[in-house]
Amino acid sequence: MYISVCKLPARALPRGLTSNMPTTLIIYALAFVAGFSIMSIELLGGRLLAPYFGSSIYVWGSIITVFMLSLSIGYLLGGRLSLHHPSMGRFALIFLGAAICLYPLVYFSEDVMNWVFERIEDPRYGSLVAASTLFIVPTVILGMISPYSVRLLVVTTEHAGQVAGFLYFVSTLGSALGTLATSFYFVLWFEMDTVLTALTGALLIGGLVAAGTARRIDHLPGDRLESAARQGFAK
Amino acid sequence: MTVALRWTHLACRRNLRPALLLAVLLGTSWVATPPAEARVIHRERSVYSTILVDQQGPVICMQFSIRQDQRNQSCFNERRPKEMLFPYAHMMMASLLVNPQPKRLLMLGLGGGTLPLALDELYPDLVQDVIELDPAVVRVAREYFGFAPSERVTVIPQDGRVFVKRAAQRGERYDLIMLDAFNGEYIPEHLMTREFLEEVRELLTENGVLAANTFSISALYEHESATYAAVYAPFFNLKPSTSGNRVIIARKGPLPTRAELEAQAALLAPRVAPYRVAFDELLPLMTTETDWDAATRILTDQYAPANLLQNR
Repeated sequence: MYISVCKLPARALPRGLTSNMPTTLIIYALAFVAGFSIMSIELLGGRLLAPYFGSSIYVWGSIITVFMLSLSIGYLLGGRLSLHHPSMGRFALIFLGAAICLYPLVYFSEDVMNWVFERIEDPRYGSLVAASTLFIVPTVILGMISPYSVRLLVVTTEHAGQVAGFLYFVSTLGSALGTLATSFYFVLWFEMDTVLTALTGALLIGGLVAAGTARRIDHLPGDRLESAARQGFAK
Repeated sequence: MTVALRWTHLACRRNLRPALLLAVLLGTSWVATPPAEARVIHRERSVYSTILVDQQGPVICMQFSIRQDQRNQSCFNERRPKEMLFPYAHMMMASLLVNPQPKRLLMLGLGGGTLPLALDELYPDLVQDVIELDPAVVRVAREYFGFAPSERVTVIPQDGRVFVKRAAQRGERYDLIMLDAFNGEYIPEHLMTREFLEEVRELLTENGVLAANTFSISALYEHESATYAAVYAPFFNLKPSTSGNRVIIARKGPLPTRAELEAQAALLAPRVAPYRVAFDELLPLMTTETDWDAATRILTDQYAPANLLQNR
């Protein structure tokens, strides 16, 4: 049976929120966690580099450059990945991958920074190289989450913008809270390694939740778009 | 941010600007003869701060703030340029009682250059490395405070921590190290951790002395004390009740006895008199007593919320 996307009723809330509710909510929650983690890691990154490269504007410049660059690549890759058999299972793998690539910072960041410090005299390029080595991989992976979430959530092209907008809202809200919580409280209460370990734990749990969801459901909120589109083509 | 500390404005007000303080307290409108206003003679914006130089009579002061206030970073009197106007500078000079013949000085934070200038005059053979992150501070110190780099005084525009790490790598040694790199508004947190103090310790010669200008108010006092104690205990903890500054004087080796300090004071007193440094006032402050909770969490590279603690 052919269902025209145009005939689906318009809703105030993103379409995704009203179809397959639990999965949809889980995806938004996970996007929130990813947004939170990204900014928390970014802030910790600046502090991690300070003993080796200072805390000048160029150290923050390096950190922000590396994070922006990594996120842009992540968005690109996440979008690409969403073309091929999008599923909650793969979504879960992104989270697990981010967790696995984040955790080594706890153990190896000092060695990496020492290595860079011994080879690069100029703290601008030193901090840039160190930040790249430490943060590109986990941040690229975290960047994949947003576009992939959009793919999982969008049911109709009509609501695609609204879904994307709501997703950016949720994940950027997460980023804002991650920034605030880290700079106001986490650094006052915990050691940096403790925060990094907790973030790894959060991403790991996120991945496991996504994997659990993948096993319990047979179709995604966004599946209807694909089937609708296919049937549209078929017609 | 490598800029000399203040919290010394209280002292400055008391010593230099009582009339102005009175005017502020009473409200300027009904003070019969208003004091001469401090006149801003230079304002410069750098990457790190806004540097403001003002003059009131013969006294020229440096501030790091956008608007003129009482929080002076460094002051000097044009007519008597040698006089040290801040108690913290006097306390830093007390380190000379522990090491009376310094050969090589490392100074983190230039400010107006009061200490490097005085030490250069006192010790004609002393070689100094002055680390100042902000080139604008160096410019202002040269132009308005009579500071001048020379063959013996090298100014290096670098982050203090980065310099210390590199110097340790090169195997450099100093027999006197002065830390004065804190701005009242923002503390460079990576210059206040156990790891940093250990790196500084590595730069000290066997009998080398460290003098650090730090905070004596807020929750930070306890944390900072515990951190210094973790690396340098016991140390002299100079903490006058009249100043917002506390100066820590530590040595890699054992501290001198009271008798040794007094003997040095007697020898050095005439030489430092032109700077208004009075060892007889400083000696009673040189105690190793701990007035902080030894169980306070120490600051490390992993845990360094100095600015948050300072606001408590």
